[in-house]
Amino acid sequence: MTILGIPILSLIIFFPLIGVALLLFVDRNRPELSRWVALVTAGATFVLSLPLYWWYDGSSAAFQMVERVAWIPAWGVTYHLGLDGISLFLVLLTTLLTFLAVLGSWSAPEKHVREFMISLLLLEVGMSGVFVALDMFLFFVFWEVMLFPMYFLIGVWGSERRLYAAIKFVVYTMSASALMLVAILAMYYLNFRATGRLTFSLEEWYALDVGLPAQYWLFAAFALAFAVKVPMFPFHTWLPDAHVEAPTAGSVILAGVLLKMGTYGFIRFAMPLFPEATWAALPVLIGLSVIGIIYGALVCMVQPDMKKLVAYSSVSHLGFVMLGLFAINTQGVQGSVLQMLNHGISTGALFLLVGMIYERRHTKAIAEYGGIMKVMPVYAAFMAIFVLSSIGLPGLNGFVGEFLILVGAFQVSPTAAIISASAVILAAIYLLWMYQRVFFGVITNARNLTLKDLPAREIAVLLPLLLFVVWVGVYPAPFLNKMDASVAAFIKRLEAPHQMAGPYPARRPGALDLGGLAARTVEQR
Amino acid sequence: MTFQVSLVDFITVLPETIVFGMGLVIVLFELFGTGRNTRNLAYLALLTLAVTAMAEVRLFGQGLVGFGGTIGADDFSTALELIFLIVTTLVVLLSIRYLEDRRLARFGEYYALLLFAVGGAMFMVSALDLLNIFIGLEILSISSYILCGLIQADQRSNEAALKYFLLGAFATGFLLYGMVLLYGATGSIKLSGISAALARPEVFANPMVVFGLGLMLVGFGFKVAIVPFHMWTPDVYEGAPTTITAFLSTAPKAAGFGALVRILTEGLGAVSVQWTPVLWVAAALTMTVGNVLAMQQDNIKRMLAYSSIAHAGYILVAVVAGGREGLAGVLFYLLAYAFMNTGAFAVLILASTKEKERVTFADFQGWGYVEPVLAIAMFVFMLSLAGIPLTAGFAGKFQIFKTAVDKGLVWLAVIGLLNSVVSIYYYLRIVVAMYMQPAGPASLQERALPSVPVYLAIAASVAAVLYLGVFPATWIEASINSAAVLVAGP
Repeated sequence: MTILGIPILSLIIFFPLIGVALLLFVDRNRPELSRWVALVTAGATFVLSLPLYWWYDGSSAAFQMVERVAWIPAWGVTYHLGLDGISLFLVLLTTLLTFLAVLGSWSAPEKHVREFMISLLLLEVGMSGVFVALDMFLFFVFWEVMLFPMYFLIGVWGSERRLYAAIKFVVYTMSASALMLVAILAMYYLNFRATGRLTFSLEEWYALDVGLPAQYWLFAAFALAFAVKVPMFPFHTWLPDAHVEAPTAGSVILAGVLLKMGTYGFIRFAMPLFPEATWAALPVLIGLSVIGIIYGALVCMVQPDMKKLVAYSSVSHLGFVMLGLFAINTQGVQGSVLQMLNHGISTGALFLLVGMIYERRHTKAIAEYGGIMKVMPVYAAFMAIFVLSSIGLPGLNGFVGEFLILVGAFQVSPTAAIISASAVILAAIYLLWMYQRVFFGVITNARNLTLKDLPAREIAVLLPLLLFVVWVGVYPAPFLNKMDASVAAFIKRLEAPHQMAGPYPARRPGALDLGGLAARTVEQR
Repeated sequence: MTFQVSLVDFITVLPETIVFGMGLVIVLFELFGTGRNTRNLAYLALLTLAVTAMAEVRLFGQGLVGFGGTIGADDFSTALELIFLIVTTLVVLLSIRYLEDRRLARFGEYYALLLFAVGGAMFMVSALDLLNIFIGLEILSISSYILCGLIQADQRSNEAALKYFLLGAFATGFLLYGMVLLYGATGSIKLSGISAALARPEVFANPMVVFGLGLMLVGFGFKVAIVPFHMWTPDVYEGAPTTITAFLSTAPKAAGFGALVRILTEGLGAVSVQWTPVLWVAAALTMTVGNVLAMQQDNIKRMLAYSSIAHAGYILVAVVAGGREGLAGVLFYLLAYAFMNTGAFAVLILASTKEKERVTFADFQGWGYVEPVLAIAMFVFMLSLAGIPLTAGFAGKFQIFKTAVDKGLVWLAVIGLLNSVVSIYYYLRIVVAMYMQPAGPASLQERALPSVPVYLAIAASVAAVLYLGVFPATWIEASINSAAVLVAGP
């Protein structure tokens, strides 16, 4: 089904390529024109994607606006796209943040602006593709290809240690996804042995009941690939490097969208494909999430660098997202999906804010500042709201997400919920302390006296995010309603084998003896 | 026993005949031709290759066998021969300016030798008995030795030729010894005869079969540079003229694999239990050693030499996996490799002149902004060599590792894919130099000397790499059909 006969999802994914094509013909000595082309393209993509919200029917859990065309018949690969209540918001987040990232880097990269904008737009293609691909091969293509524009963003426009950070980012992600590719291939043949069809279609794979030891192996491979991306403790070490070295737009996209690809991978692939392995691994996964939450928060407390502080706070916040997912109940998962958006918006905004002051002073060290509120009151106000949103102040978006997650988690493991809740306090400490050191007091550094407050363009970048922060905080229903059915379907898929076989399903035959892959279909059960 | 020589026999070897015949014509032209302009010889070589390719296309699907079952023209050999012809065409395109620039243009024999080499390779993969395989291999090798030492004034070129010759001669000895033992055990030099003999238990149990097999694997291991017989590769590839390196790292390798696969499946399929584990270990070692050593190179030619070892490892995975799908992986990967590897060498050749060789990564600093189009081409080739989706290299690896998983070689697939992650590191080093490091000295910021044939080769390679990467279906199916003549099962 497409809207008005237009393959709307493909249009949204590939629309930025028009901008890329135009940019190739822009004179490289006219950075201003490059910026405008990119802005108009990204803006148009966002406008194109907005109606998805209304076109999407929240009462159904089925994939909507589906497109399906044969692509590589020899392998059973199809070009298969579809949207559900979870990917809907992630696509919107992608198009919005890309648009704002373009707007936010109006003055920042001074060299190779054209190439910078090309990278951003290509990145957008890859990211939107990841969220709507329903064919594992297609997903993998988007997943890998998207790495390279990001690699360039960090490597070319980053700060001093950019080369190290860029290659670390690529190698980390690629190593984990190499194992996932093997797991995808194993699934492909498991499905073939069981059904006789060579296909990478996710929906067909959902119907496959994989034998037990095989599930563990395959889940481990998928989970590792996504855990690196999230990043879950202890696979997070690439993140601070990448964030700190990346240019502002890169950090915004990285934190706002790329990390969500990891959590999305869990929701869409790792957990529903291998429900029993998920249940079995749950104690470990919840444990790692809680460690990540606390560890991230503690590391934040000692950061002397604003950008690094925000980067590590992502480790903590994404820990919450994972905790909510692993609660596997309505509140937890809904909170988790909502928190993905919240984190994208709040942390995206914080990176933009840090970038703005970095452009003025060329330092991110907290100690260099102090008393900024007097010279930049508007900036201080915006920062205050986004800091509070990140902390989870009631009435702002972060509270709704974290509250739902904690309610969900409490039903599963009160201990985990209680420990995690303490991170909310830690977040208040490290963020408010940072805020205090940067904004309050008297100006001790003479260079800060001449700082200019935000011009209209920078306010324009932040306003949409602010709107969202308040909207979700006060009235989250429009968001939750759209994802209801999809979240319920996700939970149902996971609970099916669980209820059938008790809390920890008994070991069943059907091993992944690495020679002959074995599986049983649902029908055979 | 009398031979009835008929027209079919000659049609079977028509492509080889054209190539060898035109090679001789070029030698005569060089001797008696007017002037010293070797460009005409290059055009003649290109024409020859094109005509031969047309002959190959006509032979496709015919499944001819000639000269008493000693040589054939089945789809497998035809597909491989088309790959050789593609490589050689690209190499000729690269050679025109290179030879003139290096004052090598008076060597008109260059093109003749290139044609002899490719003729030998073609003979090698279409031969159906050990003797013909050996003769083809020798024609290929001897032509290659001479081509390596072409730059007489350069010591490294001489070293390359001598090293290649000595080790090649050694390898040939091993190979021949292995063939002799196999003949002694089975009483036949024809692959079909060997296969038939192995069906008899007393032949099957003869230890000479295993010895012969082992020695032949050593011989082929040298030729296609499988670890631990890879030591000669980097020195030879570094010293040889770059155009010849591009040729050596692709065509003889493809020929070696073609002949090896044919011997293993048509002749020694019965003893696959013996060679499968050996090749499993060799594949894992070859991928790992090639990649790890490639990481440590600063010279791009040496890096590509080690990377070619790693790629031989990936192809070996496909050989181990076997079956129609596995051998299709061999064919498709060789096709993909032909374009991406030759393309990378093409950029390297265009970037260098006699006065200013660009050979290390540092020589490419800031080049991405001096030569944006060429740099993007290089980026595409590197992505493809690293096996990133939407490039030919990924499609090839996908076919190979997919089959490996299907055949239960999950660990080999894991090793292979982790290796290709390692390879990303060194393939991206040139990208890092081109785009991310501060520009080098002004002398490195000059633009490349234009050369239409080289541009043509690069453009064709980029187009092929992307086309095979995005729409591989047709060519995967063609590879499967071509491989089906050797093995029936999937």
